[in-house]
Amino acid sequence: MKHRLTIAAITAALLATTGLARAEGELNLFNWGNYTAPEMIKKFEETYKVKVTVTDYDSNDTALGKIRQGGHGYDIVVPSASYVPIWISEGLLLESNPNQMENFKNVDPRWVDVPFDPGRKYTVPWQWGTTGVSVDTSVYKGDINTSAIFLDPPPELAGKINVVPEMADVMHLAIRYVGGEPCTGDLEVLKKVRDKLVEAKTKWISMNYGNIEAMAKGDYAATVNWNGSSMRMRKEKAAIHYGYPKEGYPIWMDNAAILKDAKNVENAKLFLNFIMDPENAALISGFAKYGNGIMGSEKFMDPEMTSAPEIVAPPEFADKGAFMLTCAPEVQALYTKIWTEIQK
Amino acid sequence: MTTAAEIAARAEREDIRKRWLLSTPALVIIFLAGIGPLLVVVLYSFLTPGPYGDVKWEFSTDAWIGVFLQRDMFDDTLGIADAHLSIFLRSVRLSFATTILTLIFGFPTAYFIATRPERTQALWLFVITIPFWTNLLIRTFAVQEVIRNEGILNNALIWLGITSTPIQILYTDWAIGIGMVYVYLPLMVLPLYASMEKLDFRLVEAGYDLYATRFQVLRRIIIPLVKPGIIAGSILVFIPSLGAYVTPRVLGGGRQMMLGNLIELQFGAGRNWPLGAALALTLTVIVTVALLFYVRYAAQSEQRHG
Repeated sequence: MKHRLTIAAITAALLATTGLARAEGELNLFNWGNYTAPEMIKKFEETYKVKVTVTDYDSNDTALGKIRQGGHGYDIVVPSASYVPIWISEGLLLESNPNQMENFKNVDPRWVDVPFDPGRKYTVPWQWGTTGVSVDTSVYKGDINTSAIFLDPPPELAGKINVVPEMADVMHLAIRYVGGEPCTGDLEVLKKVRDKLVEAKTKWISMNYGNIEAMAKGDYAATVNWNGSSMRMRKEKAAIHYGYPKEGYPIWMDNAAILKDAKNVENAKLFLNFIMDPENAALISGFAKYGNGIMGSEKFMDPEMTSAPEIVAPPEFADKGAFMLTCAPEVQALYTKIWTEIQK
Repeated sequence: MTTAAEIAARAEREDIRKRWLLSTPALVIIFLAGIGPLLVVVLYSFLTPGPYGDVKWEFSTDAWIGVFLQRDMFDDTLGIADAHLSIFLRSVRLSFATTILTLIFGFPTAYFIATRPERTQALWLFVITIPFWTNLLIRTFAVQEVIRNEGILNNALIWLGITSTPIQILYTDWAIGIGMVYVYLPLMVLPLYASMEKLDFRLVEAGYDLYATRFQVLRRIIIPLVKPGIIAGSILVFIPSLGAYVTPRVLGGGRQMMLGNLIELQFGAGRNWPLGAALALTLTVIVTVALLFYVRYAAQSEQRHG
């Protein structure tokens, strides 16, 4: 580790002394699957003559585990807000001070003084969204703005419901459905959550990711889902609508950051600055269909998207969302037990 | 003065030394690539979980206790970890079912190939290995495409008028069964073929000459002679099935965990690497027991048939 740091430092020093205005070389991006806009990457490559390689991961824990072992060769990672404090406290991220960068002025003030990275010393917004439910309204005509869709399913939906196997999101929804606070360790609340999940699970058909196609092709009639993914479903099948659970739903944000042992630090900094440009942020959103937290990017987006109900929460549900936090390790252990219990 | 016996003994010592020397590279690889990582897993299973994954270097047996026992989170009583137990049993059941089903389908297939003219046998074997050219995940998604409600199979059934509404196959135990048999069938067919190819079909003819029925020929002549193939095929199917992960998740819908999923949870969102390591070792022990059983059983059947 030490050795690699030294090399990185020497490289950085060399780059600084030679004063390269236009960095050439490579950039290795480690990001969620199906989440990086190819057009945006192409534009970055052409602007800076940098070869970008994108590698996928499927969960925050996978990414964290892989980076922690070292020897990964990545420069940029995109962890969720609830994980950023872990990444920072373990010393995995470079304090690259994006808040001093030229394009930082574009960041929506709402996303500057965030609890997981106050003042944005390490990270810049990539995309943010909510977790709710997607429902095929040709199957079920009732109210879809509730977690009852998957926790107390109406008869029309029973047996046709998918739940993403994402422990943090599902626990958040279930805890707030029974009236608890996110990340609670209150055993009485958790007991209700466990009983509710065990009972509801008999009416689920599966616990899978990658459900855009499955919803469009009618394998499911409802699923716990992310808002952008729901919008992509609606493009495939117009009857699929997104519901904001009125009992409470999680808000999440993924953030790009430079790794401490990155080899291409200068290119990585160029990249962070690049994605804070409204035009480029719009490319990111145009692909994955989530909001990006960069002011002015709406101008460059498909007008249909800037008014989509999946992206702009209706006012009566806007304040029902709560930011996903990092739960304490002992609370996490309780959640794992419940999670194992319901899938035993 | 050197006697002939001494010379012979020296030659033998030399021979043994040379043999050891020549096998050193293989032994080093086996140790580094096989036993080394296993030792790391053993070590990790005796450590304390770190707060956000990874391990803390403090000795602890909690992980091993956690495999079998658990403290109820609500009334604090210590009981058997029934969640782990039922997941273990599910995996073992699935492996047994897969082994038996692949045997039922694989036996006639291997027999068919072994009884073809020698020139065409190679072609049939080649056909059997075609699925290996594609990644397991892709094959599993292909099966999903066939059996889903708006998939090829259901559309065909509706078109033929056999059913009016699609039959729910995907995300049921049937789907897992279809997927597992499809994926593991070649592993059963190949060893079965290897022992059937050596089968002396004159013995089968002799059986018929002595008025044996077809069933008697199968039970008294063919099955005993290809038994090593049956056992080898069963082992080859049973062991990977125990750790099967992708097929139950994609086709079965992942509502119920398999051993592989349970282990993955501990290294992922569960953030309990020592427990994951201990669970993985428990799986290794089950596999080892199955192999020992095989070795003993194979030795016995060898004695019987000389």
